[in-house]
Amino acid sequence: MLSSKAMLDGHGEESPYFQGWKEYEKNAYDDIKNPTGIIQMGLAENQLSLDLLKTWIENNQDATRLTNNGESVFRDLALFQDYHGLPAFKNVLAEFMAEIRGNKVSFDPRKLVLMAGATAASETLMFCIAEHGDAFLLPTPYYPGYDRDLKWRTGVELVPIHCLSSNGFKVTKFALEEAYQQAKKLSLNVKGVLITNPSNPLGTTMSHVELDELITFTVAKKIHLISDEIFSGTVFENPSFISIIEAVIDRKLEKTDLWSRVHIVYSLSKDFGIPGFRVGMIYSNNERLVSTATKMSSYGLISSQTQYLQSKLLSGKEFREKYLEENRNRVKERREMMVVGLGEAGISCLKGNAGLFCWVDLRNLLSSNTFTAEMELWKKILHEAGLNISPGASCHCSEPGWFRICFANMSQETLKLSMERMKAFISKQYYCM
Amino acid sequence: MGYMCNQQTQLLSKIATDNGHGENSPYFDGWKAYDSDPYHRIENPTGVIQMGLAENQLSFDIIEEWLLKNPKASICTVEGMSEFRDIAIYQDYHGLTEFRNAVAKFMGKVRGDRVVYDPNRIIMSGGATGAHELVTFCLADPDDAFLVPTPYYPGFDRDLRWRTGVQLLPVDCESSNDFKITRKALEAAYEKAQEEKIRVKGLLITNPSNPLGTVLDLETLKSIVTFVNEKNIHLISDEIYAGTVFGSPGFISVSEIIEEMECNRDLIHIVYSLSKDMGFPGFRVGIVYSYNDDVVNVGRKMSSFGLVSTQTQHLIASMLSDDEFVENFISKNSEKLSTRYKRFSSGLYKAGIRCLESNAGLFFWMDLRRLLKEPTADAEMALWRLIINKVKLNVSPGLSFHCSEPGWFRVCFANMDDETMEVALERIRSFVRKEVSAKRQRWQDNLKVRLSFGRLDDPHMRSPHSPMPQSPLVRART
Repeated sequence: MLSSKAMLDGHGEESPYFQGWKEYEKNAYDDIKNPTGIIQMGLAENQLSLDLLKTWIENNQDATRLTNNGESVFRDLALFQDYHGLPAFKNVLAEFMAEIRGNKVSFDPRKLVLMAGATAASETLMFCIAEHGDAFLLPTPYYPGYDRDLKWRTGVELVPIHCLSSNGFKVTKFALEEAYQQAKKLSLNVKGVLITNPSNPLGTTMSHVELDELITFTVAKKIHLISDEIFSGTVFENPSFISIIEAVIDRKLEKTDLWSRVHIVYSLSKDFGIPGFRVGMIYSNNERLVSTATKMSSYGLISSQTQYLQSKLLSGKEFREKYLEENRNRVKERREMMVVGLGEAGISCLKGNAGLFCWVDLRNLLSSNTFTAEMELWKKILHEAGLNISPGASCHCSEPGWFRICFANMSQETLKLSMERMKAFISKQYYCM
Repeated sequence: MGYMCNQQTQLLSKIATDNGHGENSPYFDGWKAYDSDPYHRIENPTGVIQMGLAENQLSFDIIEEWLLKNPKASICTVEGMSEFRDIAIYQDYHGLTEFRNAVAKFMGKVRGDRVVYDPNRIIMSGGATGAHELVTFCLADPDDAFLVPTPYYPGFDRDLRWRTGVQLLPVDCESSNDFKITRKALEAAYEKAQEEKIRVKGLLITNPSNPLGTVLDLETLKSIVTFVNEKNIHLISDEIYAGTVFGSPGFISVSEIIEEMECNRDLIHIVYSLSKDMGFPGFRVGIVYSYNDDVVNVGRKMSSFGLVSTQTQHLIASMLSDDEFVENFISKNSEKLSTRYKRFSSGLYKAGIRCLESNAGLFFWMDLRRLLKEPTADAEMALWRLIINKVKLNVSPGLSFHCSEPGWFRVCFANMDDETMEVALERIRSFVRKEVSAKRQRWQDNLKVRLSFGRLDDPHMRSPHSPMPQSPLVRART
């Protein structure tokens, strides 16, 4: 009756990543109404700096007003459906993206394609680059949503580039080659590599060495390189963030054909904490891709009302700088709280310098070195400790025992409580073991 | 340079490099002509007037008045600020409850409260464009087909086909019966698909129709519902113009029909949007309303690819839950459309132009067959280019709507102010006068030529529409 896509599980919601969210929704923690409920630590949201946005808007009422006695922008906005996007918005976005990268690279607003969230942006890139049945290589562990975003309606296959804890989950030349060969064995035509930098779920930035390997690899194979830089504004300490564009320029490859095979996905959802507004984008040097993606953005344009608000919010260089700095500080502080809290329970995290989460090592708590044991542990943590965290398996991690735990989507008090619950849970485990 | 371009295009997918986006259609060529020379009353009074864009610009004053009185509807005002945080972080694909409730209520009101819509069946999408693609992904596999009565909105070629791989097969409708959708035409289209071994998954109707501006009558609707049930195929009813109906006959939604007759409700889906009724195309508020639980379930998950900005959801929820505003808006909007329609149609009539009788939509379906040099697609294209380049009006040729008969054009009337409308009417009047007189002259000239050679029995003489071999137009074509 329905399409094959509708009837199979391409949406990926059977994964524990989403199952945990559903459990949370059934029994959500509230400090007053439901103090024993489940604390959501599986959602990488940034709720740390919304007050800064709010304050700016309060102090700049004139800028964001839609209707005035004199002049109304409402009508023009209501009618504005040009898929090229609001020029003022794209201009400030290009500036902002450069500033996040310490102005080491510059961005051309004409190469930006706006769309409703990074979800739409990632999918659109697949439609533009790959045929049904082609493959993209992704370093593991990776964001569970990619299974839906990149594969579901496009028919693209994802082949993992296995990264291991033994070297801090870094991407190696060996792993890249192995993934490529694996794809060949499966008779899949590899169209590119997609990296997330800073990494979700690792919370780390990619090193110069890794980026070099990736570039060498994609040059040799003549394939695309997509860099999802959605967490680029959350990098709070060294090693500093190196955008893929910067890495390619450093290798002096901007005049080669690689340049038109490098694309960035970005969004304001993480850096600004505004996932509800659906502000995503693609940045590419490939003219044809930009042209096609622009047309495709018709399927999910950003509301003009939101484009307008964001263009005003981002219009001040001073505000942008202040925001970036303050946001980074708050992310750092929060992460430290979690690392210390977990440390007190004898738990270690992968050393990280970005993102809204820690990549936590719970291998010692596994009853056996298996994914089944990981699932058991996950369920226990969900139901006994009342914490929804994301199991490594849902991120396609090759080794069991690692979990992503988010720290930026709750108040400080709730984070403290979650650490206490974790401590209590872990001591109980050790006691029982 | 050419080699580099080739290299570039090989790197991309077929979808990225084919013409599936449909922008090479003449529908969009006219827009390009307008973009490069847009009319402005003062700055460019001889520019092209945009009459190819079906927008509703008539009722903004009502909305702006409401906005001034309701600052809380915006999360950027002092009054609305308290909700900023919750709205900004809310990305649940169910959408804000108040948004769904308000939209469901509005949909009911637009149908005179004859139907009640369930907010839990509402799925958000990136405009109706996103809604159509989403529904198609849910209902059909690549190479499956939907039947679509012609003439139809050119955007469907992109929206339903481009990335889904689904085909659209025309159900031919003819001017001889005012383009009604007949059972015979439906069956013929279905049979043809069977013969070509194409699997038909559904029928897509637009009611009120774009480009006709007419509403479907009860008999036709019932016949359509019977047809889809018999064939066990889906019915997608695009009701995006439901709120633009003025006068009679009244609008009947498919939702009303299924209350009155036997129907497998799992086959019924509605696409809606606020772009036309309210004039908000920029806000990208698309809706899929399905009676099929599985479609609702999976469609909702798919809506992640094009959710409505919560900032906008919040605004719309506030606006559409104000019952007084909604009732006032629906009735005033209808009045304004009616007034504009009457003024324009009377102007066209005086210019000697016939339009299909209609009472909905934001456009006329204009009959310019008698201005064609011959009843062919080429002649329609030639006439259209003349209208764009000489008359400076961007109107949309019937060909781009897959109309089976040449000579029809869609002309939009609600996307301009009164003064511009008068200018447009004057240009049309003047053009028709010249064309009719030129045609008469050509016919007379041809007649003289024929008479002087004494070839009274030349069949071409009988029709003033057929060019003689010596006609400069024929020479120009070859």
